[in-house]
Amino acid sequence: MPITMTTIMIEGFSISALVAGIGIAAAAGPLGCFVVWRRMAYFGDTMAHSGLLGVAISLFLNVNLILGLFVACMAVAILLVILQRTKGLATDTLLGTLSHLALSLGLIAISFMPSVNADFMDILFGDIMTISMMDIVVIYSVVALSLLCLALIWSRLLALTVHTPLAAAEGIACRTLHIVFILLMAGLIATAMKIFGILLVASLLIIPAASARPFARSPELMALFAALIGIVSVTVGLLASLQLGTPPGPSIVVTAAAFFGVSMFFSAVHMPRSV
Amino acid sequence: MTDCTQPAALISARDIDVNIGLKKILDGASLEINAGEIVTLIGPNGAGKTTLVEVVLGLHKPARGTVTSKPGLRIGYVPQQFSINPLIPLSVYRLMTLTVKARRSQVQQELAATGAAHLIDQPVSALSGGEQQRVLLARALLRQPDLLILDEPVQGVDFSGQVALYQLISDIRQQRGCAILMISHDLHIVMAQSDRVICLNAHVCCQGHPLEVGNNPEYIKMFGNRAAQTLGFYAHHHDHHHD
Repeated sequence: MPITMTTIMIEGFSISALVAGIGIAAAAGPLGCFVVWRRMAYFGDTMAHSGLLGVAISLFLNVNLILGLFVACMAVAILLVILQRTKGLATDTLLGTLSHLALSLGLIAISFMPSVNADFMDILFGDIMTISMMDIVVIYSVVALSLLCLALIWSRLLALTVHTPLAAAEGIACRTLHIVFILLMAGLIATAMKIFGILLVASLLIIPAASARPFARSPELMALFAALIGIVSVTVGLLASLQLGTPPGPSIVVTAAAFFGVSMFFSAVHMPRSV
Repeated sequence: MTDCTQPAALISARDIDVNIGLKKILDGASLEINAGEIVTLIGPNGAGKTTLVEVVLGLHKPARGTVTSKPGLRIGYVPQQFSINPLIPLSVYRLMTLTVKARRSQVQQELAATGAAHLIDQPVSALSGGEQQRVLLARALLRQPDLLILDEPVQGVDFSGQVALYQLISDIRQQRGCAILMISHDLHIVMAQSDRVICLNAHVCCQGHPLEVGNNPEYIKMFGNRAAQTLGFYAHHHDHHHD
């Protein structure tokens, strides 16, 4: 039986939750900037809905939950990339279809497993208090790998993001980059889902990045600020949840949204002419 | 640029077919650009102008046909409808150097050539239509191109700005000797400065000197008599050099 931090002591689980959350936030900041820049917010929701299918897979195969989530998200992401090659359907239509298909398949699969029903809230809102050492190892491996990959493709991905046909005309391998980016996102979302839950996982990509925008004068600074805002949100949100007894995932998201509010105010006061 | 004095074609596309779904966007279209010439591609909306340019750039694989280019050909491209997401904090300098390495002085020099040197540290999202086109033109020039491809270069620019931009494009050819392929549905000003006008409507209907094209029955059929008169008027006007 895996020893979770929860079985040890009360301070234990908040520390492991904090460590895990900070790792995810550090990777979600820079990746989230690209999500915001490329207007792919709905992609996060699709991955999240695929998560329910992942939960079913991991229960069915009796494997690590993060591994099951990973498999489901990757499968749906790859399906999306294949469908995107078929011209004629807009990406948001494809995402809308895939998203709800994955959600429905997940719900059907879960309905065959009566024992899961008790944990349903955990799946929807995250289960940060049952992070195991194994989870932390998996999370930090994924985070390190994601950040490394992103650093390697950063300037090419930025060129693609600014204007894809222009980048392609200038010799950037846009299709390959797009696939790498999609897989990076699927991997991170799958990993983060256990902490933040299916309903809220996409928010950690979008809210810190959007909050960072008014303070940043370069793409790199925006990525750094987004990571920092995410890390502070995780820390403050978790402390608040411990103090107030509120659910941890939603507390983190509300904290991040508070940053967003401050950022909007800053933007209105300091940059009245910026669009 | 000694290459530009050679008469051999820089790039040629032959018998290009492109289908999107069941629709034939291009049907046996051919295009050849020679060193140092200004070629303007005109045609009604949906004629496949942008698609043909994308085929030439290698962005689109044609269902049929071949594209051959001179070995080592450098192309500078200014796409149609360049709208950057304002959430990307990007300075003009960063935009210029996204896919090429260049020193700041080089970037400054090319921006100066298009009258945009003062914009180097501006955020891209704050540029006006005319400023943006000048920056994108400078960006294309930074690649030291043998061929400049401009897709609707005056779109979103006011009338006096358009005249200035066309003058700038003409000057660039004079100074650098590079060939220019331009898409336009503007039937007058631009044509006077073109060496050759190609009328496209899925295939090439007619091509030639702006004056010849204006009198071509295929052209008149495509754009109607009024357009032909307009073109004739402007070409005539240009001949006389009143100003």
